[in-house]
Amino acid sequence: MRLRSIPVSAWVGMAGIALALVCAIFAPWLAPHGESEIVGDIWQPMGGQFLLGTDNLGRDLLSRLIFGARTTIFVALAATVLSFSLGMLLSFTAAVTGGLVDQTFSRFNDLMMAIPTLIFALVVLAVLPQQLWILILVMAVLDSTRVYRIGRAVALDVAVMEFVEAARLRGEGTGWIIFREILPNTLSPLLAEFGLRFAFSILFLSTLSFLGLGIQPPAADWGGMVKDNKDGIIFGISAALVPGAAIAILTICVNLVVDWLMKRTSSLKGGRGDA
Amino acid sequence: MTAGGQTTPGPDLATAAAAGESPQSDGVAGPDSPTGKTTLHTSIPNDRGTLSPWGRFNRRSPLAALILQRLALSIALLFAVSLLIFGGVEALPGDFATTYLGQSATPQAVANIRKDLGLDQPATTRYVHWLGGALQGDFGTSWASRQSVSEQIGKRLGNSLFLAFFAAIISIPLAVILGMLAVQFRDRMPDKIINVISLAAISLPEFFVGYLLILFFAVQMGVATFPATVYDTMTLGERLSAIALPTATLVLVVLAHMMRMTRAAILNVMSSAYVETAELKGLSGLTIIARHAAPNAVAPVINVIALNLAYLVVGVVVVEVVFVYPGMGQYMVDAVTVRDMPVVQACGLIFAAFYIFLNMMADILAIIANPRLRHPR
Amino acid sequence: MPDLLSVRDLKIEATSYPPGEPPKTVTLVEGVSFDVQKGKVIGLIGESGAGKSTIGLTALAYGRGGVRITGGEVKLNGQDLLKLSPSGIRQVRGAKVCYVAQSAAAAFNPAHRLGDQVIEATLKHGIMSRAEAEKRAIYLFRVLGLPNPETFGERYPHQVSGGQLQRAMTAMALCPNPELIVFDEPTTALDVTTQIDVLAAIKHAIEETNTAAIYITHDLAVVAQITDDILVLRHGKMVEYGSVRQIIEAPTQDYTRALVNVRGSRRDEAPDQSDTLLKIDNVTAGYGGFKVLHDISLHLPKGQTLAVVGESGSGKSTLARVVTGLLPPMQGSVSFGGKTLPPALKGRSRDELRRIQMIYQMADTAMNPRQTVRDIVGRPLSFYFGTHGREKTERVKELLDQIEMGERFLDRYPAELSGGQKQRVAIARALAAKPELILCDEPTSALDPLVAEGILKLLLKLQEDTQVSYMFITHDIAIGLAIADSVAVMHRGRLVRFGPKSKVLSPPFDDYTDLLLKSVPEMEIGWLEKVLKTRRMESAGN
Repeated sequence: MRLRSIPVSAWVGMAGIALALVCAIFAPWLAPHGESEIVGDIWQPMGGQFLLGTDNLGRDLLSRLIFGARTTIFVALAATVLSFSLGMLLSFTAAVTGGLVDQTFSRFNDLMMAIPTLIFALVVLAVLPQQLWILILVMAVLDSTRVYRIGRAVALDVAVMEFVEAARLRGEGTGWIIFREILPNTLSPLLAEFGLRFAFSILFLSTLSFLGLGIQPPAADWGGMVKDNKDGIIFGISAALVPGAAIAILTICVNLVVDWLMKRTSSLKGGRGDA
Repeated sequence: MTAGGQTTPGPDLATAAAAGESPQSDGVAGPDSPTGKTTLHTSIPNDRGTLSPWGRFNRRSPLAALILQRLALSIALLFAVSLLIFGGVEALPGDFATTYLGQSATPQAVANIRKDLGLDQPATTRYVHWLGGALQGDFGTSWASRQSVSEQIGKRLGNSLFLAFFAAIISIPLAVILGMLAVQFRDRMPDKIINVISLAAISLPEFFVGYLLILFFAVQMGVATFPATVYDTMTLGERLSAIALPTATLVLVVLAHMMRMTRAAILNVMSSAYVETAELKGLSGLTIIARHAAPNAVAPVINVIALNLAYLVVGVVVVEVVFVYPGMGQYMVDAVTVRDMPVVQACGLIFAAFYIFLNMMADILAIIANPRLRHPR
Repeated sequence: MPDLLSVRDLKIEATSYPPGEPPKTVTLVEGVSFDVQKGKVIGLIGESGAGKSTIGLTALAYGRGGVRITGGEVKLNGQDLLKLSPSGIRQVRGAKVCYVAQSAAAAFNPAHRLGDQVIEATLKHGIMSRAEAEKRAIYLFRVLGLPNPETFGERYPHQVSGGQLQRAMTAMALCPNPELIVFDEPTTALDVTTQIDVLAAIKHAIEETNTAAIYITHDLAVVAQITDDILVLRHGKMVEYGSVRQIIEAPTQDYTRALVNVRGSRRDEAPDQSDTLLKIDNVTAGYGGFKVLHDISLHLPKGQTLAVVGESGSGKSTLARVVTGLLPPMQGSVSFGGKTLPPALKGRSRDELRRIQMIYQMADTAMNPRQTVRDIVGRPLSFYFGTHGREKTERVKELLDQIEMGERFLDRYPAELSGGQKQRVAIARALAAKPELILCDEPTSALDPLVAEGILKLLLKLQEDTQVSYMFITHDIAIGLAIADSVAVMHRGRLVRFGPKSKVLSPPFDDYTDLLLKSVPEMEIGWLEKVLKTRRMESAGN
């Protein structure tokens, strides 16, 4: 693959993701002020002493945005990795084993997916204690149903190919079939799917935090920052829009990369048979 | 196969999948959707000489049989969901009575309140009682307000549906028109612009769109009202003006999804061999679309719409919170923060019921639109 | 007589977008010229990629998916179609020139009745009134031998069979009384016994209506039955152009000669005296209570070839699945080398698996696209024999030599190989296990005739060298007869005939074998008429 062939949109997306990652990793060094340090009056305007102004308690918005990147990206990424591992493991097992295992897993998955994700999360979070690892787990389990569905479809697509049958006829074990025959052929769509799930996790986490059920204060996260500052909107204070825009931009960047990955996958598919 | 076939890249798949974010992807007829499965069953010839009554019905009228199957499946699903909502709450740690009274409550007070709320009875009894009540429209009493849940939900449900309804009647035609435009100008400038904008739009969180609209239209220009309060004595006009911004938010959020999926569905039909046949018959573009593409595109597009309506019902939750709109979603979120379980369960069940119902409608409409099932051999 | 259609110096290009590379323009067709006279039929013949469909569609001024006609002229009655306006082209399409696609099943709109679709173009162009058009449709249905011609048009596409759809599509093309019809491989997707019916129906209908036609196919024997002239194409260029008699009986080009002689070889059967290697005893098998195979008994001697011949739905591939253990039979057993094989794959030992190898129809999907030739061929070596390192590489090289490919292919991926090369690598993979039996599931039917011929020759050579046995599954009885020692004919899950080739080929025949043998087109002008004389036209109506 040549770098030249990567479209501009994908470059923009990758640059945006890289910037967010840098903020997340080096937050304490990049942020001019502390995460919950009160540095001035409430809702000071942009520019001047504070580049993005201050929030509803007089904390520096830029610093909180940088620290918020850390929380938001960490939680969303952790949930995505977890949901992906869970979904892939179960879906590949179901696709390769087939029979009763497949039926049981798939019917249960159908049931889980019959409840809208947000509603399910609301019900579950209403009864569970508000802790970070529980939040990540709930997000991961709910999201893994989507991964399961895609993973099973992709794996079944490949599993019915004759080269997998040929490996079975040779007498290869399940491990070889999954890791050597199926997985290498599903990497491309799965990578795109991972991006999609990550984008969804960012939005989902932000929504939960916005509703007051996600990350708990005083830790900064983008969705929670919107919630903190939303009352300023009526007075024409745009502080709530800054973290909102950050969420939107990061998600757009991820989606731009995913879009490119998907186009690549589909053109690979079309190009395979005729070379 | 000429080399020409390979020259067109296939963005259909990419857009369909990219748009398949959030709950919409749930019911998209994938390889393992219930629709696909049931279709398969009826097409397998039964080689046993005798047929069961159901088998005979199935053969004589596969369409009705499939729809009945789909209905039964939805009811079973709803039942299972009710179990999940009730049982999940039951199995999770934490004692509501303690939560309800706070940590400092005396054991006696906790026992009293448990008895009061009926929590001392076995779970099965309470489930049967709860489900029985729910079927008759009685969801019990709210722990927080000590008022009937059904009564409070009744009005709020109406408000939410009112909002969703207007969002739907604006977004559906808009999405279909934009989708058709994108197909018409496929891979040219308008399509690319629509693609980029819709890709950005599906990345925006609902609350961001909402506050942006508030800041711009309500605060700076002063042409819209915020918060979107509605009450009984309002006229229809006043109501409409109150929900203008929340409706616009919902439309913007759902439009991009719907448009991308519509585009993919129409594109799929337009690239089929029978459209080429029509073209080679010398038919004009309009005739081809009206006579050959439309009848086959209707089913997938209706499917797309129903799926997005299902999403709309859920989307109201966040929008209602943003606009302080007195609907079901806000009621549920409030209940969740104070852990008012009867309300949470009731709202959860009602949302799930709408969601399942709309997904079922999507499936059934797709079944009806399939000529193979409408005209059995 | 002036030419109806005159194509001069045609040039067709397409832009391709290879992933990860800048777009490039490819020339698909160059310097092609031919003429069609009124009421005459020209055959366009060539392998896949020869550009024959692309050329055929230029008669309707149509380029499929990004294909552009960039040079030359296509004159219909003296008028250049390439210079017409879009609305001018629409006046030609569906009125003066009509098209019959390879897959009628996809080309009919599932939402409308067949009759409405057949008369649609006729009505749109105002050629006849609705009543006249309907009458003509019924007449054409009858000419084409469709059942219940009066009511056939009321059916929906999914309610009739593939062969009937293909004939309905021909009726659709004939209905507006066009001057020219383009047939694009109309019989390729059909079984041989259906193909001959459709072919006869098309020929009859063209003659009856005196319509000119361009007939596109890869099968020279088919085209010889129906056309007046033949244009042989290769890689988008003309190879030879002449009357059907000249092309078939006195081809001037090597390529044409090779095409004509492609089915020339037929091998003598070996005496049936060596030990039995594979024995299938009273096997009944199927899926989920639905029986596909009924009481099949077969045997195959060591070092010989058994051809299992049957059309789609005959159960021949299911039989292969039973032998490999993918589908345990409901009744009966399979024994190999005198020992009964465990029915299911899981019960078989690694050595039992090694001794039976398989070659698939689609070499594309039979090889992991993410593995190199070295990995693909080397895996059985390390899996069965524990061969590693340099020894393994040496052995892979030997195998590549055996399949006449050589070590420069070691690190290629399947996508970098041609269809024939892929199938050779699949053969090498099977050979690597040192098997005693190779199951060949239609290994040549997805390949162009000349490439297929090469694969068959390779298989025969390998049999001489290694004494391996083949169970060769094919729909084409001609191929079966060319390479087999014994032949089994299957029909609807039952064995209708089995024995040494000479015995299978000598009368008295059962009805089905007779039909099958007579349905294989022969490279002989007038063959179709000869067959039809013995089989009355009515039989086309089933």
